[in-house]
Amino acid sequence: MILGVLDFQTISDAVGLGAIYALMAVGIGLVFGVLRLVNFAYGQLIMAGAYTLAYTSSWPVTYSILACFGVVIALSLAMDRVVFRPLRGQTPAVMLVTTFAIAFLLQAIAQIIDLRDDQLGEVASSVSSLNEAITVGGVHIRKVAIVAVIVALVALALLALLLTRTTIGLHTRAAASDFGTARLLGVRANYVIAFAVLLSGVLAAAVAVLLTVQTPFVMPDFALRDTIVVLVGVVVGGIDRLWTATLGGFAIGFTSVLINGLLPTEKTVYLDSWLFGLVILVLLLRPAGLFAWGRRAAGERV
Amino acid sequence: MADPVLELEALEVRYGTVAAVRNLGLRLEKGELVGLIGPNGAGKSTTLHAVMGVVPAYGGEIRLRGESIRGRSPERIARAGVALVPEGRRIYAEFTVEENLRLGQAGHAARNGDSLTRAYDLFPMLKEFRRRSAGALSGGQQQQLAIGRALVAEPEVLLLDEPSLGLAPKAVDDVFEALRSIREHGVTVLIVEQRALHTVSLADRTHVLVGGELRLTLGPADAKDPDKIVAAYLA
Repeated sequence: MILGVLDFQTISDAVGLGAIYALMAVGIGLVFGVLRLVNFAYGQLIMAGAYTLAYTSSWPVTYSILACFGVVIALSLAMDRVVFRPLRGQTPAVMLVTTFAIAFLLQAIAQIIDLRDDQLGEVASSVSSLNEAITVGGVHIRKVAIVAVIVALVALALLALLLTRTTIGLHTRAAASDFGTARLLGVRANYVIAFAVLLSGVLAAAVAVLLTVQTPFVMPDFALRDTIVVLVGVVVGGIDRLWTATLGGFAIGFTSVLINGLLPTEKTVYLDSWLFGLVILVLLLRPAGLFAWGRRAAGERV
Repeated sequence: MADPVLELEALEVRYGTVAAVRNLGLRLEKGELVGLIGPNGAGKSTTLHAVMGVVPAYGGEIRLRGESIRGRSPERIARAGVALVPEGRRIYAEFTVEENLRLGQAGHAARNGDSLTRAYDLFPMLKEFRRRSAGALSGGQQQQLAIGRALVAEPEVLLLDEPSLGLAPKAVDDVFEALRSIREHGVTVLIVEQRALHTVSLADRTHVLVGGELRLTLGPADAKDPDKIVAAYLA
């Protein structure tokens, strides 16, 4: 019945946003895995990437995207080196509050830079051509939805290969599962954390490009709502595993577009109410995470 | 005289104001197998954790080949040639057997693919089950994996924290048999155990720790005199 109400275009948009949110969820999940830290400043990394795209709009699009990746990756690594590393060993509460502080700091810096022309907001026009629609069998599909799905699938496949087929990937997975034992075995904490932060930065840059295509008007709170929604999605999916966190990100992106499509136009202001109502229901029914099935209790073997 | 491979000098470890280890001195020469036994809370595991850098030493000195390793991080100590088989094995249950062994290579300064063969030679079962999830192994097999994982780092010093804990009797015998073979390869071993008789009869020397202090040192011949061991615990 639902499919009768929703058109194919809504579903393609839902898959597109789900793919972008899945990428964000992986970026957040990777850092959580090795640092046990929910990085609330993740959205501001994406915002920095979006501003970079806006300020380099006059450049050829490839250079503009490369600049976006450069800025976001550099900012991610700087965040690890200047903030996370000195605070490692502090309680999770201290780390969490610190990421809030970084988020506000980066937002304030963006505002100062943005307001130099006395107008809040910049337009990233160079990548907006991806927002055009193509027609497949009478249905309009925005190019960015297709690109988002392809980028997400390729990025997730590469990440899976990196984590399962390389030594640094094995060390990262081990650190995410039991950091204490990994260090006892000689796994270098700083390398593994820097690797996870680097990957999460690459994903943030990719998300910055994809979101900027959809919303070319960049403000200091760019991607803030998306980050909050993805964080909720990650918890709903199951934060302690990368794949459940990723599915959680996809599910909440997909669902939010579907709900938006189902609601009458005048009721779409209630999107978040419906979305978070659903989240509460899921957490009541499956508190360990929506996708956390099949987890065996780690029984003692003799 | 050459430096001992591992030397503890007047080691003191505290948890808050409580001294868990006091004035402990140990010397382990190359290829020696030394036991640490004693009642619960005697400071045996704490001693191993202090050597590995997991807990800080409050006082004294820890030297590897004459060089101080006190204050170094666990990963640096692992890379310097010390491997710990932790209590409860702490294998990665969701990883395959081979992935667990490859993790052991992280502690190897000059990593090479052949070092896995050392574990496979000692425990052929690991090779047979190398693609299997480590969590599917029995307790005894998991302990073999934990020891094998430590050995692929080709350590000079192997620390074992209660390797027989929670194992069936046959599996315990297998672990002690493996330790004999490891000693024959010239690895220096410091083992913490609750099975006092097993340990005393296997080790070159066994130190009895009580209340964080060295109480008595026993030789293999003392294994025939269980009363002496019991008396050391109760003294």
